[in-house]
Amino acid sequence: MIRVILPHHLRTLAKVDGEVTLEVPERPSQRTVLDALEARYPVLRGTIRDHGTAKRRDFIRFFACGRDITLDSVDEPLPEQIASGAEPFRVVAAMAGG
Amino acid sequence: MSGVRLLVGTRKGAFVLTSDGTRDDWNVEGPLFAGWEIYHVNGSPADPDRLYASQSTGWHGQVMQRSDDGGKTWEAVGNEFAYDGVPGTHQWYDGTQHPWEFARVWHLEPSRTDPDTVFAGVEDAAIFRSTDGGKSWQELSGLRDHETGSQWQPGAGGLCLHTIIIHPDDPQRMFVAISAAGAFRTDDGGETWRPINKGLRSRELPDEEREVGHCVHRIAMNPSQPDRLYMQKHWHVMRSDDAGESWQKVSGNLPSDFGFPIAVNANDPDTVYVVPIKSDSEHVPPDAKLRVYRSKTGGDEWEALTNGLPQEHCYVNILRDAMAVDALDPGGVYFGTTGGQVYASPDGGDNWTAIVHDLPPVLSVEAQTLQ
Repeated sequence: MIRVILPHHLRTLAKVDGEVTLEVPERPSQRTVLDALEARYPVLRGTIRDHGTAKRRDFIRFFACGRDITLDSVDEPLPEQIASGAEPFRVVAAMAGG
Repeated sequence: MSGVRLLVGTRKGAFVLTSDGTRDDWNVEGPLFAGWEIYHVNGSPADPDRLYASQSTGWHGQVMQRSDDGGKTWEAVGNEFAYDGVPGTHQWYDGTQHPWEFARVWHLEPSRTDPDTVFAGVEDAAIFRSTDGGKSWQELSGLRDHETGSQWQPGAGGLCLHTIIIHPDDPQRMFVAISAAGAFRTDDGGETWRPINKGLRSRELPDEEREVGHCVHRIAMNPSQPDRLYMQKHWHVMRSDDAGESWQKVSGNLPSDFGFPIAVNANDPDTVYVVPIKSDSEHVPPDAKLRVYRSKTGGDEWEALTNGLPQEHCYVNILRDAMAVDALDPGGVYFGTTGGQVYASPDGGDNWTAIVHDLPPVLSVEAQTLQ
């Protein structure tokens, strides 16, 4: 079970409070976690990654175990603490805008 | 009993303002989608409880919302706007070619007859259609594929398709406007389009007869006279009496003919409203006075409407989609400002009252007349 923490606007959009928990059928990576997240909450499609290209949106970053993993390969396995659910996978909206 | 529902999009959410037919007292609901930019909310003429909203942020991009109960509840619908085929390029600010990239939905225009059919005008300029209530969107790519497409250049706000007008009797005919490409018309339901910019003069363009490149800010029509179109261009207020085949300048005695919105009284196709702005450099009202100008003669002769509007120290702007009219008699006129006020006139512009003073900057106002 993977724990995911979403930023405010995406929690509102997905109509969830607090963390999201997901079963990820494959070895957890950025790609498989986001695939599972979008499958559970289709409303989030296009809001983290672009439709079609699956390119990360510019003002979105990913953190795992206190480390910014945004620029890691989307297929790189996530740390064991994420895979086991001990630590959450964080989707962060940049502190920007007005 | 009749009433009016205003659909207000702002930089930080949407608001729904409702009143009975007197339009004296207003109920204000919102913000909906708090914190999101709501470029436009619009209702279906065929089913006034069917609303569509364009919701976006820089973080999360485009989301589309639909309501089936007049705005009480909302459901996120499809937000994939994929250009048809290989999108190609348009002209960038520096004259180089730039790939077509979807940014956001500026304007939503529901079909006059089918609540499930709605058109979306987007940035970078294109028109999309949904026939399933917003669940999926298909581009009408004949517009963007027009032979002039590679010459289209963004205005300061982006290369946006901001105006869609559907002919009241012939749904095959539609008009759109793009900043800064110009106005276009289709007579075959969106398969093919052609520029309708003859008579427009833009001093930034050395070629006076140029087919595209005009920064059209807004077009308006009264459905009772569908061949007559009014246009607020970057500079110049224009009128066409032949469905856009030709345009003539009707700025007349306006203190400035720069501005963004233009609207036609619902009961009289000769009565038109604009809000002059000092210049394209300053984007504030002339003399710091907020004045709507009304012509009852189809342009050229204009009168200032000031009762209830601030006549000193006013530096707000009124954006292109932020003015609307209702269909009651006498016709109501409404507009929202970048200062967060929404003004209403229940008597065709003679007297104005601020329904609300302190909303976020207003991006759009639509008026639904409810029976």
